[in-house]
Amino acid sequence: MTMKAGTNLEKVLESGAFAVTAEAGPAKGAVTSVIERKGEMLKPCCDAVNVTDNQSAVVRMSSWSSCVLLKRLGLDPVMQIVVRDRNRLAIQSDVLGAVAMGIQNILCLSGDHQAIGNHPDAKGVYDIDSIQLIQMLKGMRDEKKFQCGEEISGEVPIFIGAAANPFAAPFEYRVLRLAKKVKAGADFIQTQAIFDVAKFAKWMEMVRDRGLDKQTHILAGLVPIKSVGMARYMKDYVSGVYVPDEVVTRLEGAKNAKEEGIKICLETIEQLKEIQGVHGIHIMAVAWEEMVPHIVEQAKLLPRPVV
Amino acid sequence: MIITAQKPLEEILNSLSPYNSILIAGCDGCTQPPRGLKEANILAQLLGLAGKQRGKSFKFKVITVPKQCDSFLAATSLKPEIEGIDAILSLGCGVGVQTITEVLPDLIVLPAQNALFIGGENREEDVLLERCAACGDCLLEYTGGICPIARCAKHLLNGPCGGSQDGKCEVSPDRPCAWQQIIERLSKMGRLDKLEEIKPPRNWNLNLAQRKSQG
Repeated sequence: MTMKAGTNLEKVLESGAFAVTAEAGPAKGAVTSVIERKGEMLKPCCDAVNVTDNQSAVVRMSSWSSCVLLKRLGLDPVMQIVVRDRNRLAIQSDVLGAVAMGIQNILCLSGDHQAIGNHPDAKGVYDIDSIQLIQMLKGMRDEKKFQCGEEISGEVPIFIGAAANPFAAPFEYRVLRLAKKVKAGADFIQTQAIFDVAKFAKWMEMVRDRGLDKQTHILAGLVPIKSVGMARYMKDYVSGVYVPDEVVTRLEGAKNAKEEGIKICLETIEQLKEIQGVHGIHIMAVAWEEMVPHIVEQAKLLPRPVV
Repeated sequence: MIITAQKPLEEILNSLSPYNSILIAGCDGCTQPPRGLKEANILAQLLGLAGKQRGKSFKFKVITVPKQCDSFLAATSLKPEIEGIDAILSLGCGVGVQTITEVLPDLIVLPAQNALFIGGENREEDVLLERCAACGDCLLEYTGGICPIARCAKHLLNGPCGGSQDGKCEVSPDRPCAWQQIIERLSKMGRLDKLEEIKPPRNWNLNLAQRKSQG
């Protein structure tokens, strides 16, 4: 079949294999070693690696330059783009530059509001929203047109991703929103971290009822929890993440919270594998990337397919 | 109406410091909370006291204008009062300050207020709430009468984002998620189907073209 971009991630997903992606946060500085070290660690156990774009509205090295560094190491990067910091002109020129550098998986996001980051006085851009971003990228790829309608010279092969949060309110609307993203052109979806598998399964049922799992590849999101403090922090302060009380209680009762956190993550993966329509997992090991190879190995997802 | 907040006294005093004889002009127009004659008199007293503490004595004259944003009303109310005046301190919004500047180009006009937003007054809860962004392309038909440009922190046309929880915006637990409100409202009206349509990127420069409008 014809590939949209022919990235490793697209090939793995199209082959029907259960995909594994992970997230790597770029450096809070100009050193290359931070992202390169994470890249070396993640390379053997992931089909693609996402690089965040000023996550939590905190300034870091740009996603696209960090993606270039990963690409040089032979990884398949997923460039994340938030609509908070750049308008449609800046985004389109960055996309052209990224594709030119071989970065062809792009994840489209709204981004956390600047008021909750480290430059709370900044002016938010929000020229377009995440759904309009998906649509714009699809237009660039399929019609070879900029958002304004002018022609682009040459191809812009990109594999377009979007996020979904099955746990944000209002619950009933979340599937409609996914449908809208799929209609806009999302080829793959990476979900927010899942701690409540029952609720996620219910959401997936609604996804399947609409046939959306056949039109896009859904990767279920995971965040391995390191400590009771982290669980509490995510529960109370991390925008969009839903951590049920049971998870906090379980970690509190554990002798070794780190081991328990990994155990919870592995149990979740086993349950996710059984849910029809889930095409892979996306591991967001925030400042704990070194655990990803262990998790993937324990989840019996090694070796990664060569496609 | 235009919702305003009074600037800190210190800031107003600094702006007044080069002048002695000052005309304080209230506005009886749409500003909320009220910024009329009573408020202008109170401000004059406060500034007089604060000025004295700094060893500065101002000469204040206090009046009010029916609508500072109307060039005719601003001119007819203010022109007879400016004999010997060094500067005008306006209690109007930014439109009032600029209209007075235009009709009295030889005088210094200073703002006493920060205009915050175009809002409404909820009398039950006694609060003033932002309701319109004057964007030039009203979407209220599509969104069930709730404006995402004025009320969603990210001005999303295809919301909500993933940050809303328990009906609250990620920016603050005090801020309701406008998109949650839109969805609840459309759901209640049986019109959730409206949101299946993807709204295209908007023209943010529409209001530039409409900055001048004939009557």
